[in-house]
Amino acid sequence: MSTLANPIPRTTAAAGSTRNSGKRHYGTHIFLTVMAIMWLIPLGWSLFTALRPKADTDKYGYFSLGGTFNFDNFIQAWTQGGFSKYLLNSVIITVPSVLLTLFFASMMAFAVSRVSWKFNITLLIMFTAGNLLPPQVLAAPLFEMFKHVTLPYSFSDSGNLLNTYISVIAVDTAFQIGFCTFVLSNYMKALSSDLTEAALVDGAGIWRQYWNIILPLCRPALAALGTLQVIFIYNDFFWPLLFIQSGSRLPITTAINNLQGEFLSNYNLLAAGATITVIPTLIIYLVLQRQFVAGLTLGSSKG
Amino acid sequence: MSTTAEKPAAPDSEPGAAGRTTAGKSQPSAGRRTGKAGKVRRLTRRDKFILAIMVGVPTLIQLLLVWLPTLFSIALSFTRWNGLDLKDIKAAGTDNYRFVVQDYPPFWPAIQHNILWLVFLAVIATPLGLLLAVLLDQKIRGSKIYQSIFFTPVMLSLALIGIIWQLFYNRDSGLLNYLLGTAGTPQAVDWFGDSNVNIWAALVAATWRHAGYVMILYLAGLKGVDPSLREAASIDGANAAQTFFRIVFPAMRPVNIVIVVITIIESLRAFDIVYVINRGTNGLELISALVIQNLIGEGQVIGVGSSLAVILLVISLIPIVFYLIRTFGKESKA
Repeated sequence: MSTLANPIPRTTAAAGSTRNSGKRHYGTHIFLTVMAIMWLIPLGWSLFTALRPKADTDKYGYFSLGGTFNFDNFIQAWTQGGFSKYLLNSVIITVPSVLLTLFFASMMAFAVSRVSWKFNITLLIMFTAGNLLPPQVLAAPLFEMFKHVTLPYSFSDSGNLLNTYISVIAVDTAFQIGFCTFVLSNYMKALSSDLTEAALVDGAGIWRQYWNIILPLCRPALAALGTLQVIFIYNDFFWPLLFIQSGSRLPITTAINNLQGEFLSNYNLLAAGATITVIPTLIIYLVLQRQFVAGLTLGSSKG
Repeated sequence: MSTTAEKPAAPDSEPGAAGRTTAGKSQPSAGRRTGKAGKVRRLTRRDKFILAIMVGVPTLIQLLLVWLPTLFSIALSFTRWNGLDLKDIKAAGTDNYRFVVQDYPPFWPAIQHNILWLVFLAVIATPLGLLLAVLLDQKIRGSKIYQSIFFTPVMLSLALIGIIWQLFYNRDSGLLNYLLGTAGTPQAVDWFGDSNVNIWAALVAATWRHAGYVMILYLAGLKGVDPSLREAASIDGANAAQTFFRIVFPAMRPVNIVIVVITIIESLRAFDIVYVINRGTNGLELISALVIQNLIGEGQVIGVGSSLAVILLVISLIPIVFYLIRTFGKESKA
């Protein structure tokens, strides 16, 4: 938990200098460089293939430098492949899911960590365990439940919850609340009880303690978890696969699987699609790397 | 961010330690103690109502969309159903389980593959991640750049990783066959298509992601180890390997436990990557994929799919319970 805010604290640099002073790490560098190149090859190959027109690779072969390099495959994937639509679907699913998850999880975490109640641990165990289940265990009942919820056709063209964004948002939220509750409750437990004590003296109710005092103090944890959840839900492949049959409503991560069938022989286009799918995560990674890493280590530091 | 965040992080071992010395004397502190008298006075009827909603809504969501379906899965595994009309559900006793274990050809290969997945991650991917973390924890130049490179796959979904490696492994246009000099020859291997090698190819792709994940967790763990422990060990004449295996590694116990649990659960949850490659058939059978094969597509056999799901659930409960005991065991005693 002490690693929570600063996953890679600078302070250890001082300690590090004493243990590795004067040593040169030629062997380490060679090993790491080789590994790093191996790590980059699959991504680099995708990008390389994506930048070449299919005609050129047919003419010169995939393993050549001949021909032109341009963004035609990206443009084709974006317009004809429907990637603009899929990306929008991803946004429609991810944004509400993350906000709802953080909202519900923070309320739950507040209740179990700041108010003593005999079911606190029981509830927390239930929430944490729920997040660890393999999603496939819940697949059949959830699918049938959603199929048997009758909705007006004006609301859902399937007449039930299948094929709607709501089904994916609801299950993503339910599935992620557990992890966020666990992390946030640990965070909130560590906040001094003086904080709410003082508010109580002022006559603040539970809601004000939660919304005006505890939640603002949890901003670093919420930022880290929010970043992590955006990536998790954007990357979720399974729930849309199960609930959404209509291709035009699929989020990008699930849709790219269909493209693999459609563009079976056009690897250049597939590579462009894959690269487009990587870009949003890469942007988040570059901008919010600290938050993301903090989010990942948040859950693990309290073993 | 560090100034606000370090405050709660510091009193971790003894939550609210500073607060209790002052507040604890005069009155029991708000949340931690079960001081009944103090509580009744504090929680007004309105507060109780608000608390009930704050706890009730998330709990209801969790019960309705996670735990109720889990129970339904167990119930459905003892029935025969085509998934169409609720009236058609027929009791089937343990027939589904008997079928799966005795007459369902992909079942035992799937069990073997799940075990192989676990062993591979535990023996190759996790130690590789630990090695990278240890190397990068030293003060070497470009450590941040290396970290970023190894960490990049962790940002990607396993489905996308399947596609990216598909492009790399492909028989005719993939880079790997070209690098091996077999591209275009009859010796070219279809790494994801050949049932003799595709599980290994998929495991390499999974390692690409898992090692980076383990690395980042261990990097945080290594920073958390008290530097004076290492100094004491080196003064006592321990070499680098001894210091690491006898002092540093045991000191990272909380991270070790999380990594054990993550490794086991990831190997049980493995699904996306094989589903993207060939829906988990022809050498890539995994229990999770078999569950889905029985649920969607023609000839839905909900009973068989559910019994596979329950088998997956029972196996998953082992690491889950282990983790919960480790995490909450201390707390309920305290």
